[in-house]
Amino acid sequence: MTREEVYGTLNEVFRDVFDDASIEVEDSTTSEDIEDWDSLEHINLIAAVEQEFGMKFSMGQVVTMKNVGEMVDIILSQIAD
Amino acid sequence: MAGKRGWPWVLERECGGVKELEYPFDSDYILKYARKIRRRLLEGNEGFLRKRIAVLGGSTTHDIIRMLELFLLNQGILPEFYESEYGQYFQDAMFGNDKLASFAPDIVFIHTCSRNVAVWPGPGDGRDAVDALLEGQYGQFVSMWDKLSDTYHCPVIQNNFEYPSYRLLGNQDASDFHGRIRFLTRLNERFYQYAESHDNFYINDINYISSVYGLDKWADPFYWHMYKYCMCMNAVPEFAYNLSNIIKAVFGKNKKALVLDLDNTLWGGVVGDDGAENLEIGQETSMGQVYAEFQNYLKAQKDIGVMLNVNSKNEEENAMAGLRHPEGVLKPEDFIVIKANWEPKSRNMAEIAGELNLLPESLVFVDDNPAEREIVRAQFPGAAVPEIGRPEEYIRVLDRSGFFEVTRLSEDDRKRNDMYKANLMREKQQADFADYGEYLESLQMKGTIKPFEPMYMARIAQLTNKSNQFNLTTKRYSQSEIEQTAASGDYITLYGKLEDKFGDNGVVSVVIGRIEKSAGKEAAEKKGAALHIELWIMSCRVLKRDMEYAMMDCLVEKCREAGISVMRGYYYPTAKNNMVRDFFALQGFTKTEEDGHGNTVWQYEIPEVYEKKNRYIRIS
Repeated sequence: MTREEVYGTLNEVFRDVFDDASIEVEDSTTSEDIEDWDSLEHINLIAAVEQEFGMKFSMGQVVTMKNVGEMVDIILSQIAD
Repeated sequence: MAGKRGWPWVLERECGGVKELEYPFDSDYILKYARKIRRRLLEGNEGFLRKRIAVLGGSTTHDIIRMLELFLLNQGILPEFYESEYGQYFQDAMFGNDKLASFAPDIVFIHTCSRNVAVWPGPGDGRDAVDALLEGQYGQFVSMWDKLSDTYHCPVIQNNFEYPSYRLLGNQDASDFHGRIRFLTRLNERFYQYAESHDNFYINDINYISSVYGLDKWADPFYWHMYKYCMCMNAVPEFAYNLSNIIKAVFGKNKKALVLDLDNTLWGGVVGDDGAENLEIGQETSMGQVYAEFQNYLKAQKDIGVMLNVNSKNEEENAMAGLRHPEGVLKPEDFIVIKANWEPKSRNMAEIAGELNLLPESLVFVDDNPAEREIVRAQFPGAAVPEIGRPEEYIRVLDRSGFFEVTRLSEDDRKRNDMYKANLMREKQQADFADYGEYLESLQMKGTIKPFEPMYMARIAQLTNKSNQFNLTTKRYSQSEIEQTAASGDYITLYGKLEDKFGDNGVVSVVIGRIEKSAGKEAAEKKGAALHIELWIMSCRVLKRDMEYAMMDCLVEKCREAGISVMRGYYYPTAKNNMVRDFFALQGFTKTEEDGHGNTVWQYEIPEVYEKKNRYIRIS
C-alpha cells in the first residue's frame, strides 16, 4: 500500500466515524481540526482504524502520536508487505 | 396491510428497526457507523417511549452509552442519559448530587467490574478474615442499592463480576477460598441472593457475556490502561445489547410469541414430499438430534410463557402428521394457532396476530428459508425476523437475541399458553351462539375488583407497561410507583380479575384515579370532590366481555364512598390506542375539552341513581 492509498482509506474511516463526508485529512491534521474529535471519540477512531487496516497500535504509539501524518507512518510500518 | 383483521392498529414505527442492530450483528460495523445508524433510527420515527437512564460507572462509560442508545432506539425507547463522572458510582449512589436528583432517573445502571473490587484475599488470610472481607464488599453494594431504591424508587440494574484475566493459584483459584475466582464467585452468589429478594433489582450477567465473548479478548489490558475501559472496544456492542434487553423487558417491550415454520425449521426434510416417517427428528441421526434439541428448547420457552404458533406452507394434514411424529418433542397441542396452508406467510402472520390479539411487534418469525423471511419482513413490518443461521445455530441465535428476556417469572407467564388456548375455545364457542349475550351468559364469568393488593403489585406494574391498545393515557408505572400510589390516601386504585368456565384470565384491568378535594366556593356549595382518571387499562383478550363496565360500576361505588361527585376522564391519543378514543362516551361521560392533537377531557357527574352497566359478570 502506498502512502496515497493509505490516505484514501483513512479518509473514508474518518468520514464514516464522524459521519461527515467533507472531511479531508492530511499529515498535519490533529483533533483541533475536526469538531467531534475529542479524547473519548479518539478511542473509537483508533479502534476503527485498526479494524480497517488489520493492525494494532501499541500503547506507546497511541500515547505519542501527534498528528495524522504520524498515524499514517505507523500504519505503513505495520502493514508493509 | 391487506388481510389484517381485528384491532384498529396502526404501526408505531412503520419502518421498524435497523437490521444491522439485530443479533447476530457486526460489532466493528456498528461502532464505526454509529452516527449514521443513529441518524437513521431517529429520522421519521415517532412514538418512542422516553426513558431517563442514569449510568453510574466504575470505569469509562462513554461508548457503552453510545451503543446502548442505539440498541434502545431500535427497541422503540428514546433514552436520555445521566453519566456519572469517571469512577464516581459509589459517591453518586450514596451521596447523590443535584444533577442526578433533578434528572430523576427511570432506571439506574451500576457499571462495575472486577477491576472495581477494592481488596482481595491475601494468601495468609484465614477463612474468617476472607468471609469478613466478602461481607464487607457485599455490604457496600447493598447499602448503595438500598439507598438508590429509597431515593429514586426505580429499577436498579447491577453488573455481576466477570472473572479476572489471570489465576494466581492456577486451577486452585476456582476452589481455594484465597483465590480471586472463588472470591468473585461467592460475591456474585451474594448479589443473586439480593436479586431474588428484591423485585426492582436486576443483574446484568457480564460474567456470562464475557465468557461467550472470550475472556482474553474481553479483558484486553490495552483498553484498561489506555482508557480505563473494563472491556475491549469490540466487546462494547455485545455488552450494550445484553443490557438493552433487560431495559426493554423492564419497560414492557418483550416479544410474546414465536411463529415457526415446519420443514427444515422444526425437523429435517419436507413432510409433504418425504412423508412424516422419513423426517429427521429424534435420536437416530445427528441432524435428527439437532432438531430434537431445538424442539426441546422451544418447549422450554413455552413453559416460561412464550406462545408457540405454526406458519407453514403445507397441507394441514401433512403438517399435523409431522407434528405427531413419535420422536418429536412438540405436539399439536403445544401450539396456539397452527396455519398450514398455501397463503403468503405474511398473510398468515397477520391472521395469527389477529387471533392472538397481539401487535405485529410482539411476534418473532422463525423460518430457515431466507425468501420467506424477506417476504414477512417486507409485508408484515414490526415482527422480528432473525437471521436464524444453520440448524445447529438456531438455539444460540434465538437465545442471545433476548426476545423474551425474563425479568421475573410470574405465575401468569407460566399459565399464558393455557389462557390463550382457553380464549380460542371461547371464540369457537361464540360462533355457536346466535346471540352474543347468550354466549356471555354461557361463560359463567366471575370477577374480582378491589383496591391494589400486595400480591398483585408486580402484575399491575407489568400491565401498565405492556398495555398499548386499551390504554386511555398510556401512563407507565414502575412497581414502586404502583406501591406508592396504592399506599397514598390521594388515590382510588382498582384492579380487576376475571375468571370463566374456560380458565382464569388473571389480572386484566387496572384503574387509577387521583382524588382532588373540593375547596373554597365548591366546598361552600357542598359539592363533593373530583376524581381524575389518570390510568384506565384493560387487556385486549377480555374485550367485549362486560369487564370495562364492571370496572366502571365499581369505580362509581368507590367514588360514592369517598364523597366524590364528579369524574374526569382523559384520553391521550397514541399510534395504538385509537380503539378507546370514544371509550368515555360509551361509559356516559361528556366531552368537555379537545385540543389540536386530539387530546380530550371528559366529565361524568355521578347521578343519584346509578344503573349498573355490567350484566354478565358476577363480581365479588
